Amino acid sequence: MDAVRLLPFLGVMLWMVPLLWPVPEATTPTAPVMPMSVALRYVFGVWLLLILASWALWRRTRDVASAEAPDPTVEPR
Amino acid sequence: MVSLNQLVAVCLMYVAGLFIVAFAAERAALRGRGGWLLRSPLVYTLSLSIYCTAWTFYGAVGYAARSGLEYVTIYLGPSLVMIGWWWGLRRLVRIGRSHRVTSIADLISSRYGKSNTLAIVVTLMAVIGVTPYIALQLQSVILALSIFAAPEMPLAEAGGDVINRGQAALWVAAGLTLFTVLFGTRNLNVNERHHGVVIAIAVEAVVKLLALIAVGIYVIWGLAGGLTETLARIDASDIGQWEVQGSRWAALTVLSGAALLCLPRMFQVMVVENDDERQLQIASWAFPLYLMLMSLFVVPIAVVGLDLMPEGSNPDLFVLSLPLSQGQNGLAMLSFLGGFSSATSMVIVATLALSTMVSNHIVMPIWLTLRREGATQSGDVRNIVILARRLSIFCVVGLGYLYYRASGGSGALAAIGTISFGGVAQFLPAMLGGVLWRGATRTGALCGLGTGFVLWVYTMLLPSFGADAVLSSATLQDGLWGLAWLRPEALFGITGIDPTVHAVVWSLSLNTFVFVMVSLFSFPAPLERLQGAQFVNVFDHSGPARGWTASAAGSEDLMIMAQRILGAEEAQAFFAQEAARQGHGARLPEPTPRFVQALERELAASVGAATAHAMVAQIVGGASVSVHDLLAVADESAQMLEYSNQLETKSRELTETAAQLRTANEKLTQLSLQKDSFLSQISHELRTPMTSIRSFSEILRDAPGLSDADKNRYASIIHSETIRLTRLLDDLLDLSVLENGQVTLNQRDGNLRDLIDLAVTTAQAGTADPLQVIRDPQAEDIVLHSDLDRLVQVFINLVSNARKYCAAEVPQLVITPHLGPHGLRIDFVDNGQGIDAGSEALIFEKFSRITGEGDGAGLGLAICREIMHRLGGEISFLGEVPGTAFRVQLPMSALPQMRQSA
Repeated sequence: MDAVRLLPFLGVMLWMVPLLWPVPEATTPTAPVMPMSVALRYVFGVWLLLILASWALWRRTRDVASAEAPDPTVEPR
Repeated sequence: MVSLNQLVAVCLMYVAGLFIVAFAAERAALRGRGGWLLRSPLVYTLSLSIYCTAWTFYGAVGYAARSGLEYVTIYLGPSLVMIGWWWGLRRLVRIGRSHRVTSIADLISSRYGKSNTLAIVVTLMAVIGVTPYIALQLQSVILALSIFAAPEMPLAEAGGDVINRGQAALWVAAGLTLFTVLFGTRNLNVNERHHGVVIAIAVEAVVKLLALIAVGIYVIWGLAGGLTETLARIDASDIGQWEVQGSRWAALTVLSGAALLCLPRMFQVMVVENDDERQLQIASWAFPLYLMLMSLFVVPIAVVGLDLMPEGSNPDLFVLSLPLSQGQNGLAMLSFLGGFSSATSMVIVATLALSTMVSNHIVMPIWLTLRREGATQSGDVRNIVILARRLSIFCVVGLGYLYYRASGGSGALAAIGTISFGGVAQFLPAMLGGVLWRGATRTGALCGLGTGFVLWVYTMLLPSFGADAVLSSATLQDGLWGLAWLRPEALFGITGIDPTVHAVVWSLSLNTFVFVMVSLFSFPAPLERLQGAQFVNVFDHSGPARGWTASAAGSEDLMIMAQRILGAEEAQAFFAQEAARQGHGARLPEPTPRFVQALERELAASVGAATAHAMVAQIVGGASVSVHDLLAVADESAQMLEYSNQLETKSRELTETAAQLRTANEKLTQLSLQKDSFLSQISHELRTPMTSIRSFSEILRDAPGLSDADKNRYASIIHSETIRLTRLLDDLLDLSVLENGQVTLNQRDGNLRDLIDLAVTTAQAGTADPLQVIRDPQAEDIVLHSDLDRLVQVFINLVSNARKYCAAEVPQLVITPHLGPHGLRIDFVDNGQGIDAGSEALIFEKFSRITGEGDGAGLGLAICREIMHRLGGEISFLGEVPGTAFRVQLPMSALPQMRQSA
C-alpha cells in the first residue's frame, strides 16, 4: 500500500526531469539540444512504466480495499 | 470525395445509433439487467475519457505542431492525479458517496456549512469557466465540417460562404441540447447514474480512441513508411528539438492535474456517477493508459502534417485534413466521427453537470424564496426541478453558442482550453483545503475563490480576447489606470514570465494564500465545523452526526414534502422502511433526528445539500447542533490530550499509593516484629515473677523445717513479685483504657513546680545512683489546670526513662519549661547518646523497646502519648538536639493565668 502512495511522487520526479534538458537559445546556436525522438521516448517510456507499475500494484492490492496491506516491496518494472 | 450531405447523413446515423444505445441502456437498467456492463470499471474508465475533448482530438496535434512536446503536459497532470488516487480521489469519491454530493458546487457548499452563497459563487464561476470550453467544442465541429465542405481551400480562407457556420453551430447545439435533455434529466436523483448518458459517452470514448489510433497508424506506416523513418522525420522537422520552457512544462502539468479534479464534468463522471470505489482503483491505471494512447500518435501526425500539408493549413485539423488530402475518405470519415464524439460527449456531460448546479443552487433557492411557505404546499416539486434543469441546459448550451458567435471562432483551440482550465482550477484550494484541513472556513473559501477568480479574469480571460476587445491596449501595456504594477501580464512589475505561467502562478498562489490566511483568522459556525470534521475524517466516521430538533416537525409535513421531491412511491417506501426500522406498526415513522437527517440526505441527492437543508429547515424550523454532536467530533487532539492527562494522573496516583503501601507494609512488618519481641518479653516478664512465686511457694509448702525469718523472707519475695505482676497488668489495662477513650479526667489546679518535684522524687526513690536533675524553679512557677495525676505520671515516666537509659558517666537531665503563644512547652533533655534516627518513629508505639534491656514492658511512652492526647496536648521526640530530648506540650486551655491575661 505504501508503494501505491509513493508511486505518484516517483512519477512527478521522473516527469520533471525534462526541466533539466537544454533549451535551444538564439544566442548560442551550437549549444547541445535534445532531439525530439529521444524526448518522446523518454516521456512515453516513463508513462508506460508508471501504468505498468500502477497495474501491478492494483493486482497486488485490489483485495485490500481500504485498510492497510502488506507492503509490496518490489516495484515492478 | 465525401460530400457534405453524405457526411451529415453519416453523422445523423451515428447519433441515432447513440440514441439507440442510450435507450437500450436505460431500459436494461430499469429492468435491472446488464448491471455487469453498466457498473463495470471499464465503462467507468471510458466515461472518464470525456477529459479528452475535441481539444485533445484536434487541438493536441495543432498544439504539437506549434509548441512541440508541450501538449503532453495536459495529459501528464491527470495521469499523475489518477496514479495518486490514494491521496485525493479516494477521499473525494468517499465523501461524494457518503454525503450524496451532486456537483462540485454542492461539495464545496456542503463542506462549508451548506452555504448557498458559496454554492452560487462556485456555480457562476463554473459557468463562466466552462462556457468557453463548450464554445470550443462547437467551434471544432464546425471547423471540421467546413473542411469537408471545401477541402481544396486552405482553411484560413474557408469562409462562411461555403457553409453557414452560425446556422451549423446552432443545429449542432440544438442536437446536443436535445440529447442531454432526453438522457440527462430522466431521473431527478443525481446519485443514480445516468446509464444512458454514461454508456453513450463510453461508446464515444471508444470511437474517438479508435479514430485517433487509426489515423496514427495510417500516418506512421502508411505515409511516413515505418517507425524508424517517422522518428527520423520527427527529428528533422521544425519541432525536432526539445524547446519547452521549464516553467510552462511544470505549470501546465499542475494546471491540468488541478483541472481533472475541478472540472465540473470530470467531477460528474468521476465522483457523482461512481458507484464503487474499486472502479477507481482500476481507473488508476486504465485511465492513464487511455490518455497515453490518445497522445501517442500526436507528434507523428503533427510532423507528417507539417511536411505534407500546404503552407497555411490549420494544424488543428491535421487529423482530418491529412487523410482527406490523401484521398482516404473512409479514414477521414472515421476521424470526423472521432472528433464529433469528443465534442458531443464533453458538451453533454458538462452541460449536465452545470445544469445540475444551476438548478440546484440558483433556480431552486430563488423559487423557494419566492414561495416562502412553499415546501409544505401540495404539488410535485419534481416537475419544477426537472424543468429548471432543462432550462439550465438550454441556457448553458446557449451561452456556449453565444460565446462562439461573439468570439467569431477565433483563436487556437489550445489557448481556449488552457484558459478554461485556469478558471476551474481556482476551485482547487477551497476543495482540497476543505477535505484535508478542518480549519478551513466559509469566509476563507469565499475570499480565496474571489481572489483567484478576479485574478484569472484579469490576467487570463480578458487579455485572451486580444487588445482593445475588452481591455484597451493601453491597459495591457501600462496597467489598469496607468499603474504599471497592475499590468495584466506582468503583475507587481515582475515581467518576462510566460503569460500562462504568470496567470496560473499568481491566481493559484494568491488564491491559496488568501484562503489560508482568512481561514486562520475567521471562526467557523458550528454546522461548518461539524461538516468539516465529517469531510476530513470521512474514513473514520462516515455516519451523520447532526440532529434536527425534530419534535416540532410533523411526519405528515415531511411526507408531503418528500413525496414532491422524491416522488410518491419512493417517498412512501422510504417512510415505510423507516417506520419498520423504528419497530411500530404505524404508517408514518416518528420524526426522530436520525430520520430527518437521513431524509435530508436523501433529498440532497436530488436538489443539492443547501436546498435540501433549507427545505427541511422550513418544516422543522431550524437545525440545532447539539453539544453532544460537537463533543462527538470535537478536536480529537484535545481528547487525546485529555486522555493522556488522565492516564498520567492515574499513574501518578498509583505510584503514590504504591509508595504508601510500601511504607505501611514496612511499618506493619516492624510492628509485627515488635509484637513478637514484646510477646517474648512479656512472657519473660510474666514468667520470671511466676517462676519465683512458684518456687518459693513450693519451698514454703514442701520444706518442713523453715525458720520464721526464712518464711517471712520468702513470703515477702512472693508478695513483691505479685506486685510487679500487678503493675505490669495495670499498665496494660491503663493503656487499653486510654486507647479506648474510656478514661475520665480529674481536672484540678496545681503548680507545675510541685508536679515536677513530685515526679522527680518518685522516679528517683530508692535508687542507688540518682540522676542529676537541673531545673529552673523560677520558670516553673506556673499554675496549671489539668488532670494533674496523669500529668505527673507522664513526668515520672520521662524522668525514670532518663535515669534508666542515660548512658553518660554523670547522667544529667535538664528540665526547661517555656511559655509560648500556643501554650506551655516543657523540654526534658538528658546528656545521653540519643536515639537512632530509624527508631524515632517507633518509640511511641506500644511494646517498643529500643535497647532491648531494662525492666519496662515498652508501654511507658505509649501511655504517655495517650495521656497527652487526652489532655489536649502532645508529647514529641526532639531529634535535633544532642542527647535524648522529649518535649511535652500543653494547650492554652491548661493555663488559667494566661487565659485571664489574654
